[in-house]
Amino acid sequence: MAVRVQRGEFDVGAELKALTKGNPQIGGLCAFTGLVRDVNDGASVSTLTLEHYPGMTEKMLERIEAEANKRWDLEASLIIHRYGTMNPEEVIVLTAAASSHRGDAFAACQFMMDYLKTEAPFWKVEDTGDGTRWVDSRDSDQEARERWKD
Amino acid sequence: MKVLYFAWLRQRIGIGEEAIDPPADVTTPRALVDWLVAKGGGYEKAFADTSAIKVAINQEFADYDAPIGKGDEVAFFPPVTGG
Repeated sequence: MAVRVQRGEFDVGAELKALTKGNPQIGGLCAFTGLVRDVNDGASVSTLTLEHYPGMTEKMLERIEAEANKRWDLEASLIIHRYGTMNPEEVIVLTAAASSHRGDAFAACQFMMDYLKTEAPFWKVEDTGDGTRWVDSRDSDQEARERWKD
Repeated sequence: MKVLYFAWLRQRIGIGEEAIDPPADVTTPRALVDWLVAKGGGYEKAFADTSAIKVAINQEFADYDAPIGKGDEVAFFPPVTGG
């Protein structure tokens, strides 16, 4: 289990390779990568900046990852989330879950992402060229999280 | 008491963090907001609609009626938009 909050870019392939290395029990690895888009709500986005709450961010991500490991039988898991200013096509976030079989890996990966969207204290602000605007939260993210409630 | 503001709250208030010493009757985030808003300026603008603002006490999501005291860290921020 590992959680990282960092400003710099990272290599998704290298992270996933390191995650499964040395564990031949892993038969399935599921990863989600979130990227910066160049368009949001009809406006072009030149850069995206993420602000976060140092301390609470790590605490919430660790809790989400621990909950995923409690619910599913995982061999390895990883959450990396960036903050600071990013350009379109850059990676913002990676969630990954590895298990003996695909079912647990798929579910845990989606669970971590859905919880992160509503629980991890990050805020996005877009630079559209005409100035900056804070991104609004989406009801669909709240609904995605609700489906994991017992 | 340490108070933190994030995203557009931070921008409207003009600072991200401050150490404050509110009066003894400020025992909940709701009372803290009322006390801050009474100071006027950016606080009034930032806290115009608290239904759109989340609160955390000591880095845990909390209610506006939860107890707070001198040594606590209280944070106000809009709904999160990470990922």
